[in-house]
Amino acid sequence: MTESFVPVLILILFGIALGAGMLIVNWYVGTHRRNPSKLAPYEGGVPLLDTNRKRINVRFYQIAMLFIIFDIEAAFIYPWAVIYRDATMTSSGIALFALGEMFVFVTLLAVGYIYVWKKKAFDWN
Amino acid sequence: MSATLPVVASLFGSIPEPMVQWVVWPTIKFVIAFAIIMGIVAFTTLVERRVLGFMQARLGPNRVGPQGILQFVADPIKLLLKEDIVPAGAQKAAYFIAPMLPIIPAFLVFCLIPFGPPPTFAITDVNVGLLLILALTSTGVYGIILGGWASNNKFSLLGGLRSAAQMVSYEVPFGLSIVGVLMLSGSLSLVEIVHRQELGVWNVLPQLVGCFIFLVAMTAEVNRAPFDLPEAESELVAGFHTEYSGMKFAFFFLAEYASMLVNACLIVILFFGGWTLAIAGKGLTTETMQTMGWLGLSLGFLIFAAKVAFFMILYIWFRGTFPRYRFDQLMELGWKWMIPLALVNIVVTGIVILLVRNGGA
Repeated sequence: MTESFVPVLILILFGIALGAGMLIVNWYVGTHRRNPSKLAPYEGGVPLLDTNRKRINVRFYQIAMLFIIFDIEAAFIYPWAVIYRDATMTSSGIALFALGEMFVFVTLLAVGYIYVWKKKAFDWN
Repeated sequence: MSATLPVVASLFGSIPEPMVQWVVWPTIKFVIAFAIIMGIVAFTTLVERRVLGFMQARLGPNRVGPQGILQFVADPIKLLLKEDIVPAGAQKAAYFIAPMLPIIPAFLVFCLIPFGPPPTFAITDVNVGLLLILALTSTGVYGIILGGWASNNKFSLLGGLRSAAQMVSYEVPFGLSIVGVLMLSGSLSLVEIVHRQELGVWNVLPQLVGCFIFLVAMTAEVNRAPFDLPEAESELVAGFHTEYSGMKFAFFFLAEYASMLVNACLIVILFFGGWTLAIAGKGLTTETMQTMGWLGLSLGFLIFAAKVAFFMILYIWFRGTFPRYRFDQLMELGWKWMIPLALVNIVVTGIVILLVRNGGA
């Protein structure tokens, strides 16, 4: 089955070449008429008073951290979901075990979820 | 593959068979598919403007060609000829790389999506197809946040961060809503998932909640109305691509529309039976289409295209109908409603599958 990934690799190269190619064409075909006010950052026509790279609200980082936790949980549940169907086909003992495993997993996730909610991480007012 | 097209296959006589199967055919298919997809993506922008025009009782673009139908050719040419402005104070390297980052995965994903009955319309059928698609589509956010930061503009920075926060938040319900489908089909291969549906029913019936979550999450993922906050003109000018011009600007747009198309294809494959029109193995199944030859295969492709077109129109319909959410409402909907709902859906699906198996056996 590893061969089926060969096209994916080829097409990554294809994508990079195409993207770079179109940008280069645009650079050479497009006009170049520069002046200082055209190159200034767009901000309502008034000269800039301060820097544009400021500190960012910590909530954005908070979301990123929450995302990592929940998305990894989702990635972990995929293998279980794929074999669950086969597990229910075999014996009822294994089927119940598979279901129980999922309950444990989702319960752990839910405990963390409720904790985060109580800590007001989901309040954006 | 070589059996269906002996004449063309004989042209590759001197090349070893594995090379033909894994390198030559996928490349040819991808180049054709790529040309068609570029066309569709460009055409969607025209359709969107026309349909929105009719929804708002105005005309929309109707000057270039009959009914404005050539507008989608004129726009890319115009953008290609535009000046490529690099604003003063921009981080040059990051500013150049940023537009490429979303567009590469957006187009790469198409080599994993079967557009019709395999093997003819599937470029490659990877056994972990769905996982790879999810991994690739989520890398698109890097380009947006990098472009927003590199532009040296307050609007861009805020737009990029908002966009990143939104995409990241809806990535979770997007991923969790698919779990129900995986439980029903027992495979990550898209071809196999479609095969399961033609033997039973479309996944939309047993997975109505999952389908709903997926629909909401896929709209939010590509920053479309009513979740188009990163591009809220009244607050952020043009969001993360405020400072971009010419082809770089076009790349962000192409990536957005290509992602829309990917998501429309995914919802059709996961919940609406892909290229088949069959219930419980009766009707137009993959097997029927393959025995019908080229006619059947094209029919499968047309059915798939029609279903995808419906969801593309649905995006535009949403845009013409719903008012925009506020940012805190958007985040609340994602974290406080969609994620618990998706988790409950997984638990309920698990129990129901077990009960049906035990009751039926």
